[in-house]
Amino acid sequence: MSVLIIAEHDNQQLNPATLHAVKAAAGLGEIHVLVAGSNVAAVAEAARKIQGVAKVLVAEAEYYRHGLAEELAALAVKSAEPYRYLLATASAFGKNLMPRVAALLDVPQISDLTEIVDGNTFVRPIYAGNAFETIQTSSEKVVLTIRAAAFETAAAEGGAAALEQVEAAAEQKLSRFVSQELIHSDRPDLGSAKVVVSGGRALGSAEKFNEVLTPLADVLGAAIGASRAAVDAEYAPNDFQVGQTGKIVAPQLYIAVGISGAIQHTAGMQDSKVIVAINKDPDAQIFNIADYGLVGDLFEIVPQLTEALKA
Amino acid sequence: MKALVAVKRVVDYNVKVRVKADGSDVDIENVKMSMNPFDEIAVEEAVRLKEAGKVSEIVAVSLGGKKSEDTLRTALAMGADRALHIETDEKLEPLTVAKLLKAVADKEQPHILLLGKQAIDDDAGQTAQMLAALMNAAQGMFASKVELTEQEAVVTREIDGGLETVALTLPAVIGVDLRLNEPRFVKLPNIMAAKKKTLEKTSPADLGVAVVSHLNVVRVAEPKARQTGVKVANAAELVDKLKNEAKVI
Repeated sequence: MSVLIIAEHDNQQLNPATLHAVKAAAGLGEIHVLVAGSNVAAVAEAARKIQGVAKVLVAEAEYYRHGLAEELAALAVKSAEPYRYLLATASAFGKNLMPRVAALLDVPQISDLTEIVDGNTFVRPIYAGNAFETIQTSSEKVVLTIRAAAFETAAAEGGAAALEQVEAAAEQKLSRFVSQELIHSDRPDLGSAKVVVSGGRALGSAEKFNEVLTPLADVLGAAIGASRAAVDAEYAPNDFQVGQTGKIVAPQLYIAVGISGAIQHTAGMQDSKVIVAINKDPDAQIFNIADYGLVGDLFEIVPQLTEALKA
Repeated sequence: MKALVAVKRVVDYNVKVRVKADGSDVDIENVKMSMNPFDEIAVEEAVRLKEAGKVSEIVAVSLGGKKSEDTLRTALAMGADRALHIETDEKLEPLTVAKLLKAVADKEQPHILLLGKQAIDDDAGQTAQMLAALMNAAQGMFASKVELTEQEAVVTREIDGGLETVALTLPAVIGVDLRLNEPRFVKLPNIMAAKKKTLEKTSPADLGVAVVSHLNVVRVAEPKARQTGVKVANAAELVDKLKNEAKVI
């Protein structure tokens, strides 16, 4: 029984998402990684070194450059025959691609796993994390996506997998890449940061959001997140959104500033190791899940906290 | 140009669901139900495309028990032209839903298919991509902007780290995200008018699709509860706790 993990990358660097996927798949069988792209030698080399990977399949074609689901799904299906599991992280990449693969193979998918109990039994959140279902399948083949925050990362070094070039699948030409607009930031990636500082609607404006949260995030080396309400009010870009419809995070330390604690938001951060809530409403829901709560005016407390951390 | 919109009846997003005592499922008896919020955005987008003269007819489809009719009436009140109800009380996995929608698409021959990116009950997020695969059509998932030309749908997608724009050959399947639009408030005259619109019934058997189950839910459980924390008096005490008690900084 073996596993094919579809690697996530930008043709130059392997995305840490793949390391989470390798770790999650460790108990399922021999792990192979498929690296599809254009000029991906460096990515293939990085995949080869991941601990626990037995083989790396490399497929090169110009039409794999932008990770279009239509193209990659055709390739994954072509490569799928020897594997029982096809797996990726439930990132935007994995969520886009894997259901297409499952449907083309006419097999079920189980999305966003938080636990792999055994080869047939998986746990996943439903209703925005308000319940967890345990699913069993005896399907001959199954497509899985895993929640990165629920699994550690495999060691990026130490492996020595075999490399195998595989033929590209025929070009599908159903869609074409037009453009991409990535937000560049020197901050750690929200999805994998050890510390996250998130702001809510109580920040009041985009200016205040930055003015109050940036110094705190700087002193902690933290990523900045936001509640959906703050994103909807345009205090922060959508990319910052933590929650059911945003990113799921589980850092060592999560500081929620001026966030009420709606289900939508807590669904995205309740697995953080330590949660701190700063809110002037002592009855805010967020205090029910916070390890440390501080009731008061965030415009006073956050600068004080920033100063205290510098000391 | 014809648009097909799929809508699902789900527990209202404001309801906090409870797990049944026997751990078999969540308890949704006597709970408020609504159209899946992402599907509402899909309907709104179809209606806006029609208002812009890009789309000439909107067909809304729903699958499920008798009450899915209510959800279809909401879609009609929002501006869909007619509705199709695939009536079944069986539990449908996303792959089966995609197969049923494919069967509808084969008959209706829509140019653009709009679906929510996920349903807020099972949170699977699979149906739109699966439907695109079965139709051998292009897919534009997590769409925050849709522009329609004669041959293509140009879709801006929300991806990790930013936005991506792709051009999809028609027919195309679009999975809509939150920021695409704000669904309209439905006014009473529209609700009355919707009652007169056509709502056709069909079944999985009529559509020639077998309802197959691959996945068996063995248990539904509450999430692990977090221990109630403590309130601290000020920033200095908080820093002390984080350093010396939680040891996270």
